[in-house]
Amino acid sequence: MSVLVYIENWDGKLKKLSYELASYGAQLAEKLQLPVKAVSLGKADEATLKTLGKYGITEVLSDTNEAYNTLDNSAIAKALFAAAEKTAATIVVMANNNLGKAVSPRLAVKMKAGLVSAVQGLPISTEPFVVKKMVFTSKAFANITIKSANKILTLAPNSFGLKEKNTEAEITAFDTGLSAEDFETTVISTNKVTGKVLLQDAEIVVSGGRGMKAADNWGQLEELAEILGAGTACSRPVSDEGWRPHNEHVGQTGKIIAPNLYFAFGISGAIQHLGGVSSSKVIVAVNKDPEAPIFEAADYGIVGDVFKVLPQFIQAVKELKA
Amino acid sequence: MKILVLIGNVPDTTTKIKFNADNTAMDASGVQWIINPWDELALTRAMELKEANPAAVEKIVVANVGRSETEATLRKALAVGADEAIRIDADPLDAFYVAKQLAAVAADYDLILAGIENADYNGTAVGGMLAEMLNRKSVSAVSGIDLDGDLLIISREIDGGSQQINMSLPLLAVVQKGIAKEPRIPAMRGIMMARKKPLNVIAAVDAEALTAFEHFELPPAKAACKMVDEDQAASLINLLHEEAKVL
Repeated sequence: MSVLVYIENWDGKLKKLSYELASYGAQLAEKLQLPVKAVSLGKADEATLKTLGKYGITEVLSDTNEAYNTLDNSAIAKALFAAAEKTAATIVVMANNNLGKAVSPRLAVKMKAGLVSAVQGLPISTEPFVVKKMVFTSKAFANITIKSANKILTLAPNSFGLKEKNTEAEITAFDTGLSAEDFETTVISTNKVTGKVLLQDAEIVVSGGRGMKAADNWGQLEELAEILGAGTACSRPVSDEGWRPHNEHVGQTGKIIAPNLYFAFGISGAIQHLGGVSSSKVIVAVNKDPEAPIFEAADYGIVGDVFKVLPQFIQAVKELKA
Repeated sequence: MKILVLIGNVPDTTTKIKFNADNTAMDASGVQWIINPWDELALTRAMELKEANPAAVEKIVVANVGRSETEATLRKALAVGADEAIRIDADPLDAFYVAKQLAAVAADYDLILAGIENADYNGTAVGGMLAEMLNRKSVSAVSGIDLDGDLLIISREIDGGSQQINMSLPLLAVVQKGIAKEPRIPAMRGIMMARKKPLNVIAAVDAEALTAFEHFELPPAKAACKMVDEDQAASLINLLHEEAKVL
């Protein structure tokens, strides 16, 4: 038996999320007194994968077939299943991101494993196996028991953090046995977001709502995001108006995020919006309406004009960073 | 081609969530039920595909696993424009159980659409599980879908950007925001017609649930928001650095 962690790579690179997953898998395995291994699919080189050892991974099965870059859901699920069999894994851990959400249910059926998505933290108990997750879009938490022998957990990004364990990771070439016919997704074009911090990866998020008044007014907000190394987000009306792209919409029907710091400029804080951001560790709200519900969710607030506050924030952050 | 749209019955997104006395289940009193928002967008896109390709799309069927109280939500889907509804008469115990139920009715559909998340227990798994049970291809985080003969032209979000891909039928697509601009609101004519459309109730198949909710809790109350004057905004940045230690 073992705990298996699925480590994705992005053009061969790992991210903080990868090390968070490794940390989580290693801590979980320690709790269960099981070995922890990882599987990597696609072009990640040995030196890169070896860095997982720092967070407790002892062995990485690596299949460097570049066909995985098509992110074919069935093929990746098949490969993960092969890796789970090879490592006799009873628990598989992966990220609750787009790919994790896409392939974990398929793997769950193959393994007949109970699946809990967007898990926050280690299990509350291991016999029975009980994990905690957010439900009703952050309006509540639930404890869920997984009854099956095999289990799959997807970890909510930025919910666990990094835990160093300084082990040595051995990299093993692994043939998942897939053939070209297993890959049925034809990629026509890929549009990668470059030069910006991805919302899902961001530890700080700067977000704007209807109070920003127009698409042209995002300059200062983007400047603040840039000097903070933050991602940018928006509320639903803003993406519906087309002021910002849909992939920046945070809230109940958009993305659910949990950064360390969330700035809400000109966002009133409708219950649907709060659902998407209330797991943020610290929330700062700037709104001209003192009655705006965002102030009930916020830790720090300013009642005032966002266009008067933004330049002061930018100046203060510059001084802080200097 | 036949399209199946999976429909979740969830509390209105503005619902203030309460639980029963021992916190083991949601208190459904006074709750307004709606079509899960992503499923509503999926249905809207299915309607658009049918209207744009009347010769290709034969019918749109919606399906739900639930007890009779979910029929109002299915009727709403019929009023939006689905041709038929299927209700599998069972409590939706968990994603695995629900997918097993749907697998019993879904095999004949060329295109199956599922919403990426359920607004109640925030599960994301039914669509992918169903695809695996039917042994068919799936694609997730789909924000655009068009037909070109037998080919599907799909936009999907990936971690770090977006992609245009081609897939062939049969396919299960898990859709997210962007798939349709606005959910369609049923018109009076649609509501009248929905009463006459078939809503077939089907008995559940034997299946087990692999997970179970044990206990719910509300998030801890937040401390009062610390307010700073508009012209002292810079001091808030210092608080974030020195007090909250997040900068």
